[in-house]
Amino acid sequence: MLTDLEKQEIDTELSRVATKASASVDALNIVQRHRGWVSDEALKDVASMLDMTADELDAVATFYSFIFRRPVGRHVILVCDSISCYVMGYNPLLDVIKSRLGIAFGETTEDKRFTLLPISCLGACDRAPAMMVDEDLYGPVTAEMMEEILEQYK
Amino acid sequence: MEQPLTKNIRSNAEPLSLKEYEKTGGYQSVRKALAMPPQDVQNIVKASNLRGRGGAGFSTGMKWSFVPMGPDARRPKYFVVNADEMEPGTFKDRLLLEGDPHQLIEGVIVSAYAIEAEQAFIFVRWAYKLAIKRLEQAIKEAYANNYLGKNILGTKYSLDLRIHSSAGRYICGEETALLNALEGKRATPRAKPPFPQVSGLFGKPTIVNNAETVANIPHIINNGPDWFKDLSRSNDGGTKLYGVSGRVKKPAIWELPMGVTVRELIEEHAGGMQDGYAFRGVIPGGASTDFLTSNHLDVKMDYDSVAKAGSRLGTGTMIVLDDKTCPIGFVHNLVKFFARESCGWCTPCRDGLPWLEKILRSIEEGTGQPGDIELLEQHCKLLGPGNTFCALAPGAVEPLQSAIKYFREDFERHLRDKKCPWK
Repeated sequence: MLTDLEKQEIDTELSRVATKASASVDALNIVQRHRGWVSDEALKDVASMLDMTADELDAVATFYSFIFRRPVGRHVILVCDSISCYVMGYNPLLDVIKSRLGIAFGETTEDKRFTLLPISCLGACDRAPAMMVDEDLYGPVTAEMMEEILEQYK
Repeated sequence: MEQPLTKNIRSNAEPLSLKEYEKTGGYQSVRKALAMPPQDVQNIVKASNLRGRGGAGFSTGMKWSFVPMGPDARRPKYFVVNADEMEPGTFKDRLLLEGDPHQLIEGVIVSAYAIEAEQAFIFVRWAYKLAIKRLEQAIKEAYANNYLGKNILGTKYSLDLRIHSSAGRYICGEETALLNALEGKRATPRAKPPFPQVSGLFGKPTIVNNAETVANIPHIINNGPDWFKDLSRSNDGGTKLYGVSGRVKKPAIWELPMGVTVRELIEEHAGGMQDGYAFRGVIPGGASTDFLTSNHLDVKMDYDSVAKAGSRLGTGTMIVLDDKTCPIGFVHNLVKFFARESCGWCTPCRDGLPWLEKILRSIEEGTGQPGDIELLEQHCKLLGPGNTFCALAPGAVEPLQSAIKYFREDFERHLRDKKCPWK
């Protein structure tokens, strides 16, 4: 069941769009902002608000890289793995994060604190290697800075 | 040297508020444009020879001229800013969005008026959180001061402007895929024709322009097409946001006259290579452009000159390949990106790019086979222009085909030694 607040926020989006379906990504983003991810049940509830079938909405949800259809940790670490960060050494940086957290790309720490994912070019190529934690951008990131950055996210 | 696009941008500071922006002459082009017929605004932009800054370089005024005008045109008409900056190595639109959001909004109002659009969207990349926050604030201010909304500045013209931030996918930067994303669908490209100018968002006439393109519009209206042409050192009008990243001393973005050379950018503005690193090549305009080498350092960075040298100006943000980075590893990284971001709509791209990625990975890991280079070359042809639904795959093979041309010995050495010499 969607909460009243979620429904209200989705209704606001619906009041601003030309067709109900065109609010699909915004509606999924709303649910994800409240719950961290979009479960099957939440997806069905959103679909019915948009007059879409669950399959139609899932086709949209699974297309976009940052609609999470599986649970993620409390914080999501996004490491840029595109060309400028490759040249500037994202690989050694990634090794540091992986060994510090004991997880690989696509995995979540046991305490559900962090999920680690790759992201395509963050548009911070003058600050390579770059990464994002939740909504915060960091760069250039060094192995030494990593501990300090991660400590800010409990 | 005039720098109209970046004159208000202060590093590490909040962007100008609406009041501060007005004091620097901001929003004057809205007053000027709304006093003319929309067709005149189009003609000024056409005369300026402004070419699209998203990479394709199509004439902006020409693009606008395809939109049906007058009382019989189907409505609502839409104007969309493409700020879904996601081309690897490209970080120019971020500067404009974060640094001077009112300049972009001013450009939107004038551009939307030129095509008589009632509704405008700024499609901002999901990951650009700070840009979204600052644009939202600026849009709020613009509404409060009647630059947006009903009867702008007491005229008959009304415009609604909204931000859409989607949820992350490179293909959203493709003009027709972007429209599908705005309609809440999977962002796969559409067949053309019909072109969006005639049948775009929700089947209505729509213009999609890159953020840097739109930011130029207020200055062209204020100062005229001849002024704009004179900013440039080439046939293409205006200034350009150029960028350099990789192992250079000072990676950054600079606003410079259109047509500065590759050498000026790397040696003067970026301060040359970092100590201990030598230049081997450069992809001049984002990930989907062909390599240039040390023989091309005096090539002018404008659309026609870079094309003549065998590559594309693209986004004008270059990535340098140095001598301590394996060229095969470099193109493998690029092709891996394109394989991951392929939308899966057409077969050559969906199946071809992962195949290329596997061949490149095996060469890099020392398990490449004789004939692999020829196979890569064959794929580059099969994935080239005309064989796929959109420009993603043809763009993906540009750096690869030119890497094989300029760095063939490195490919051969990997196969011969069965290992990467850089590892």
